[in-house]
Amino acid sequence: MLNEATALEGGFSNPVLNAQSVFRAVMDAMAKPATIVEVDAVVTPPSRLDRAAGAVACALIDTDTPFWLDATLAESTALRAWLTFHTGAREMATCGDVAFALVGAPQTMPPLERFAQGTQEYPNRSATLILQVPSLESGAPLTFEGPGIRDRVVLAPRGLPQDFAAQWKANRKRFPRGVDLILTTGDAIACLPRSARLVEMEG
Amino acid sequence: MNAHASNYNFAYLDEQTKRMIRRAILKAIAVPGYQVPFASREMPMPYGWGTGGVQVTASILGPDDVLKVIDQGADDTTNAVSIRKFFQKVAGVETTTSTEDATIIQTRHRIPEAPLQEGQVLVYQVPIPEPLRFLEPRETETRKMHALEEYGLMHVKLYEDIAKNGHIATTYAYPVKVEGRYVMDPSPTPKFDNPKMHMSPALQLFGAGREKRIYAVPPHTEVISLDFEDHPFEVQRFDKPCALCGAEQVYLDEVVLDDRGGRMFVCSDTHHCESRQAAGHRGEMSGEALS
Ligand SMILES: [Zn+2]
Repeated sequence: MLNEATALEGGFSNPVLNAQSVFRAVMDAMAKPATIVEVDAVVTPPSRLDRAAGAVACALIDTDTPFWLDATLAESTALRAWLTFHTGAREMATCGDVAFALVGAPQTMPPLERFAQGTQEYPNRSATLILQVPSLESGAPLTFEGPGIRDRVVLAPRGLPQDFAAQWKANRKRFPRGVDLILTTGDAIACLPRSARLVEMEG
Repeated sequence: MNAHASNYNFAYLDEQTKRMIRRAILKAIAVPGYQVPFASREMPMPYGWGTGGVQVTASILGPDDVLKVIDQGADDTTNAVSIRKFFQKVAGVETTTSTEDATIIQTRHRIPEAPLQEGQVLVYQVPIPEPLRFLEPRETETRKMHALEEYGLMHVKLYEDIAKNGHIATTYAYPVKVEGRYVMDPSPTPKFDNPKMHMSPALQLFGAGREKRIYAVPPHTEVISLDFEDHPFEVQRFDKPCALCGAEQVYLDEVVLDDRGGRMFVCSDTHHCESRQAAGHRGEMSGEALS
């Protein structure tokens, strides 16, 4: 049952300053990939969405950027109403050409290549995927290098697709085309811009 | 947070514009050196006054930031002062002339001499973002050249310089390659500053208002000035240290002292020069009255 009151509540209490502070956390995280950044998570979305994922959505999505929800999130009528109300954006039925995707169960999400990749001439016309994961620290460690990373950095997200390593390498190979990821859990995020290279570790 | 006039949007721009610019900034960071198109807005200052940089700063700025604005290395030029006042008025932010204390530094022409730090953001005001523009006026063509990584013409142009002058004559807006992929215009900074862009711990954002482009260099990113094996890239050298603070290996401006040809060379980075003088460093003209 859709509860109108729930949809109206739980957004930014100070839309201007909250959006700025959440954006700065995302910018910071995008500029230092695979590093965990705390978000001043100032929203309370319906239960299926973490506070950080909800805050990032409210800060970046609007009428110019249609979004897509994976099956897990789309099941929640309350969440769909909440996102539509707080972003003003249209929800799309398919994931192929949206600017943003919110994914509640990354393990079973469509392959990264199914989302907008941008073109060789306009690589910015690509999707940003907000992946909600159970943890950023207790999964199998992944080592990254590339712009924004001094030497190397390790991130250990749980709940990514089984073949994530292969998918991410293919994403990197499409550079400058490709998708960018914002991984979220609780009040924290870590970004994987398409420029981040996954390093094969020995043993 | 300081009080600011409530009849303005915070930082002047409306929220939808800021979101659009913020999304462009994130894409620019994800594809270092690539110029992201954006819908540039009219600002209450003419183009040429850094409207691109101002829009970038306005979109990232928060009440906890400390802003420094420089023009040709100086904090006290008309352009720098008016941009600083603008943000004091519309965002109520604290401003500074100190490179070390600033969280955001908006600049035209120079990168500060003091090394930048992790967490700082350097925002460049860019007049012409397209490094290939003088070779090819058509946007559709330059876009294709970037897409296909066709940078041969750029090398030919630099080599013609060498043939004509015995060295590469370009001293400002000297082209760089970012992370081995995109050729980028570092804006009209002197090539002296190019090495500071390489592996900088700060995030570098570039805004071109009239040309409606935003591009970025993330921290710790490779920025290499284009050159040739037999003619490697070199920065300008100055014969003497700064006449006021004695600094070497800094960028100097010529200052005319009188109408009889008297002149001296001093730090272009005024904050750097003043800090050194305050710390007791002296140059050959120290203590002499400037007329
Ligand atoms: Zn000096």
